[in-house]
Amino acid sequence: MVDPIKVYPAKPSKVYFFGTCLVDMFYPDAGMAGIQLLEREGIEVIFPQDQTCCGQPAYTSGYHDEARAVAMAQLDLFPEDWPIVVPSGSCGGMMRKHYPDLFKDTGHEVKAAEVAGRVWELTDFLLNVCHIKLDDLGEPTTVAMHTSCSARREMGVAEVGPKLLGQLSNVNLVEQIRAEECCGFGGTFAIRHPEISGAMVSEKVDTLVDTGAKAFVTTDCGCLMNIDGYAEKNRKPITGQHILSFLWERTNGKKGDRS
Amino acid sequence: MSETAEHSPHHIDVKEFHPRAQAAIHNPKIRQNFRKAMDGLMTKRKSAFEGWDLETLRDLGANIRLRALANLPDLLEQLEQKLTENGIKVHWAVDGDEACRIVRDICKARDAKTVIKGKSMVSEEMELNHYLEEQGIEALESDLGEYIVQLAGETPSHIIMPAIHKNTDEISELMHEKTGTDLSHDVEYLTASARLQLREKFMNADVGVSGVNFAVAETGTLCLVENEGNGRMTTTVPPCHIAVTGIEKVVPNLEDVTALLALLTRSATGQHITTYFNMISGPRKPDELDGPEEVHLVLVDNGRSSIYQDDELLDTLRCIRCGACMNHCPVYTRVGGHTYGTTYPGPIGKILMPHLIGLDEGRHLPTASSLCGACGEVCPVKIPIPDLLVRLRQESVDGDKLHPAKVRGHGAKRGAVEAMVWKGWSWMHAHPGMYRFGTSMAARFRKLQPGQIGGWTQYRTAPKLAPKTLHERLKERGQ
Ligand code: SF4
Repeated sequence: MVDPIKVYPAKPSKVYFFGTCLVDMFYPDAGMAGIQLLEREGIEVIFPQDQTCCGQPAYTSGYHDEARAVAMAQLDLFPEDWPIVVPSGSCGGMMRKHYPDLFKDTGHEVKAAEVAGRVWELTDFLLNVCHIKLDDLGEPTTVAMHTSCSARREMGVAEVGPKLLGQLSNVNLVEQIRAEECCGFGGTFAIRHPEISGAMVSEKVDTLVDTGAKAFVTTDCGCLMNIDGYAEKNRKPITGQHILSFLWERTNGKKGDRS
Repeated sequence: MSETAEHSPHHIDVKEFHPRAQAAIHNPKIRQNFRKAMDGLMTKRKSAFEGWDLETLRDLGANIRLRALANLPDLLEQLEQKLTENGIKVHWAVDGDEACRIVRDICKARDAKTVIKGKSMVSEEMELNHYLEEQGIEALESDLGEYIVQLAGETPSHIIMPAIHKNTDEISELMHEKTGTDLSHDVEYLTASARLQLREKFMNADVGVSGVNFAVAETGTLCLVENEGNGRMTTTVPPCHIAVTGIEKVVPNLEDVTALLALLTRSATGQHITTYFNMISGPRKPDELDGPEEVHLVLVDNGRSSIYQDDELLDTLRCIRCGACMNHCPVYTRVGGHTYGTTYPGPIGKILMPHLIGLDEGRHLPTASSLCGACGEVCPVKIPIPDLLVRLRQESVDGDKLHPAKVRGHGAKRGAVEAMVWKGWSWMHAHPGMYRFGTSMAARFRKLQPGQIGGWTQYRTAPKLAPKTLHERLKERGQ
């Protein structure tokens, strides 16, 4: 199957926000930052309280009935035709790319495809739909960026993060070697094959540390948890942040609200 | 038939993936050898495609393979007819054992004592060397990498570079020990020594066995890609040549080979073209000076026709065995090829081997991937490897619900406990009220969160629950 060409919509007045379960429980600041960035662009953000998880963990583990039950519970949460923005490449990829497969021959394929077609990874949306202009208010700093494999390969947004960071006049973005290599998260892979995953994340952290940056940003909470957790446990001199938190922190204070 | 019993495979236990992975990861030599080699191959591939419209070329490659597969039965018939017209004898084998017996029978009919072999992954799949040895026929590998692996009594660790797990020092020691060459760091010297040893074998071999990269139906041509000349020697010096190949290697016409060849060599080793490209179209004609007196082709099924019946799994058969997916796979790079314990390692092995050995044997294979997608991104014929991994994971746990073509051993991975966990997970996430209650409780009592979470905390600190969920924060905000 050839991936459909991305056609960005015109900037809407409202969007649905799908928070993802990891953001919800572990990194709500990243979710808030994303919402505030959208609001600052004049967009009203609707957060359906009945959302839970996109279903990806069960889907990639092969439990498709279980994944479908969870995904089904999300399908009805976005009745209007506003875009659905997701602060994660991998949950975005699940909804945009895999929902149509997951619901094939179930009678819900039309709905699944319709929802899938409205899903956007949030940084991509900010850059290419909102045409956001970032005004850097922070101190000079150096950061590295890790792009999740799904953001890179499923959502095709590898260039987005660097472009957004490039708008920040006081941020020096450095690239690690083998930037496109996986950090070893892979959902249940990290639990099922701990040694392999551990070897992958240890090398990823080394290459990030080698850039000289003390901080890295990433589009995905899974990678963040993995890389940051390894660095912390092994006392490596680098810490991570979700790119949305970073962007909000560096540009807040002028226009947006601080709730 | 008890004939299979004569073929006792010396399988490495594929189920032992975990301990082998652990050992490989803690073996600095393996880690270094693979990291270095794969980094080099990735760079070479990249520069080999510079100036090419790679995406268009990959689309072309994928379409050629898809078109060929769509007409596979007809093409195979056409191929058989053309080859027969050209004087090549065609044999069909349902599995590796039958293919071995066919080779044996041809050898026996010629009273052959020695076989020289060019590189062929299908012959590895058949465990042909081992079988021939049992039959009292000496089989010697002539591809340098294969020769080294054979000297070491091992199996290939990569489909293109069988001895990539060894560095020059190790190879030098091995050759010194087994063949008496001097210890040396000089690759030229080592290669020349091996060449000398092999030359003699070529001259005396009764039969040459080779693989096939592309079998062209329209003209009845067997194409063979190689760098060392051993393929040419294997197919021309001995009086009898037997080619073995999987049934999926057929393409409609010679034009198709052009694009696939451009993709194959660049994807595999970063070469624009290989040193040798052999096109075999028949035995020696009366007025010709060289070439074998007889040529055979053994077409091996070995589970392929069952993949063929499934719309999704069929994509596996597009593979042109370039090995790029291995070279770019972060898991393969860490554990090396032998860890898999399968003929084909790495991403292609993970989607192909379950069909050859069954999911009951190879159920860990599709799980040993972070689904990062690097394999699918480089595959020259655009096989959606990550999607196939997910499909096989589904076959592993839910195979009995899938139809029509199921993978052998489907459902083998569905453990009662694991299934319960996912059921519970699914129920909670399909009930928003329960989800909100559960997550807000978890946030409130986050201090009670376990500090150890299985394999996760072996290498990382436990993730920290936030004091308030995003749901709660937005509720407070009136959203
Ligand atoms: S699956 Fe693709 S990348 Fe891997 S060996 Fe086959 S053709 Fe090459």
